[in-house]
Amino acid sequence: MANRKIIPVGPYHPLQEEPELFKLYCEGETVKDIKWETGYNHRGIEKLSESKTFEQVFFLVERICGICSTSHPFAYANCMEEIADVEIPDRAKYIRSIIGELERLHSHYLWVGLAGHFLGYNTVFMWAWKYREPILDMFEIISGNRNSYAMFKIGGVRRDVNQNQIDQLRKVMNQIKKKNDLLTGAVMDDPVIHARTKGVGVLTKQDVMDYAAVGPTARASGWKIDIRHDDPYAAYDMVDWNVITAQEGDVFAKAKVRLLENYESIKIIEQCLDKLEQEPEGNTEVKVKEIPEGIGTGHAEAPRGEVFHFVKTDGSNSPVRHKIRAPSYVNIATFKKSCVGQTISDATISLAAVDPCYCCTERMAFAYDHDTGKKIYDGNELVQLSQKKTEEIRKTYKI
Amino acid sequence: MGIKSFCLKKSLWVFHFAGASCNNCDIEILDVLTPRYDVERFGIQLIGSPRHADVLLVSGSINQRDKPRLLEVYNQASKPVFVVAFGACGCTGGIFAEGNTFAGPLDQIVPVDAYIPGCPPKPEAILAGITKLVKTI
Repeated sequence: MANRKIIPVGPYHPLQEEPELFKLYCEGETVKDIKWETGYNHRGIEKLSESKTFEQVFFLVERICGICSTSHPFAYANCMEEIADVEIPDRAKYIRSIIGELERLHSHYLWVGLAGHFLGYNTVFMWAWKYREPILDMFEIISGNRNSYAMFKIGGVRRDVNQNQIDQLRKVMNQIKKKNDLLTGAVMDDPVIHARTKGVGVLTKQDVMDYAAVGPTARASGWKIDIRHDDPYAAYDMVDWNVITAQEGDVFAKAKVRLLENYESIKIIEQCLDKLEQEPEGNTEVKVKEIPEGIGTGHAEAPRGEVFHFVKTDGSNSPVRHKIRAPSYVNIATFKKSCVGQTISDATISLAAVDPCYCCTERMAFAYDHDTGKKIYDGNELVQLSQKKTEEIRKTYKI
Repeated sequence: MGIKSFCLKKSLWVFHFAGASCNNCDIEILDVLTPRYDVERFGIQLIGSPRHADVLLVSGSINQRDKPRLLEVYNQASKPVFVVAFGACGCTGGIFAEGNTFAGPLDQIVPVDAYIPGCPPKPEAILAGITKLVKTI
């Protein structure tokens, strides 16, 4: 206990979706315990939602998380349609699924890039972010904005996807397939990445069940949990696709699951495009005149796991209660299993492996010696430490 | 033009402070660093410590918990430091301005030098904003 030191990671730290404070309790190089504090990003969204009309809430829930800006409206739309008891037209279902899967693609690319950066592979970072650009362009062509698409409304979608856009999407999907092969090859065939990520941050199937983890974090440990498969919504039961799982539960398995999920997303989008061509154009919504009194739940599979929305209505034009549960919130708890017992240089990638929506590359972490108060590591040094380890492994493999 | 401002123009170092943001702005900031837009060719770089920063880029609304920490970061930054309010939330509080934890728009907490509006601002808008900021030096 005498040499136990605390490394605070955050609160303004790029690893997390929200500004959060992680405290790594270390003895020597080994992380012995981890604690976290949240609340730096609290915006009072559930309360704000009660002051908005049902249609306005879409624009609010879209801004819960910029990367999952389809998943939250998706879950909220499912929820409101359960209360209003409407069935949306098939064309709207396909458009919803296309937007949802495009989002998954760009989110997984973002993760691969940043994971590469933390391992010292800046080329992977630059590549992945470059190949992500055509997807954002497609969003701009379809919805008019690169992020926050505002495509959803109760009873359908706001904008149609026309034939010209369908052709462009097909072209982009063909491009992305090749780039995905390249990225998958870069990760799967590299002995250094294997050495850095295999056996690191392991979560067993029992662990993910105990912590109720969701999404790729759970699927990488062999738990086949996917809302698109378990409780199909939109067009996910009208197309052919597979749930990707892996058994190992380490960082490598999580990367593998995400990269292979990209192929499934492309498969879903291409099938949806085929079916979209057979549907009459313009049939994108059913008019919903009023929302009756009642309660409803809706969920959707975000790139990070299950998003859950609960709404209670009283017949007026705004929600009485709106409860939201986002996937990162439950996944963050698994750090307690995955980081403890690791070295400090592996803790970076273990924290990143859950993909807690981290979004920037700069960091503000400082490590202080417990007794003398002397600074040991700052954020950049932590990244350098991780990159140095990769360099050393590279030398042993003589690459 | 003094040598100091001449050098500053060629190498703006940016510290990114993400307040209570939704990540949209944050990923667009990273986006301008990657190959398609690549602001590093203008000498602009994200750095890890506010002490080395020339620009304090604040995205997201500021809530009560962020406010004292933002002031601390601002005081740590070596002066002169340019504060840039990024995105709708940074400029005015945006959709979250009515929230119960909102601690006032950014320009009432620290002096702001430039505003880049948009939800989120497009990379082209970010480049335009940076150009305008550089011209004021």
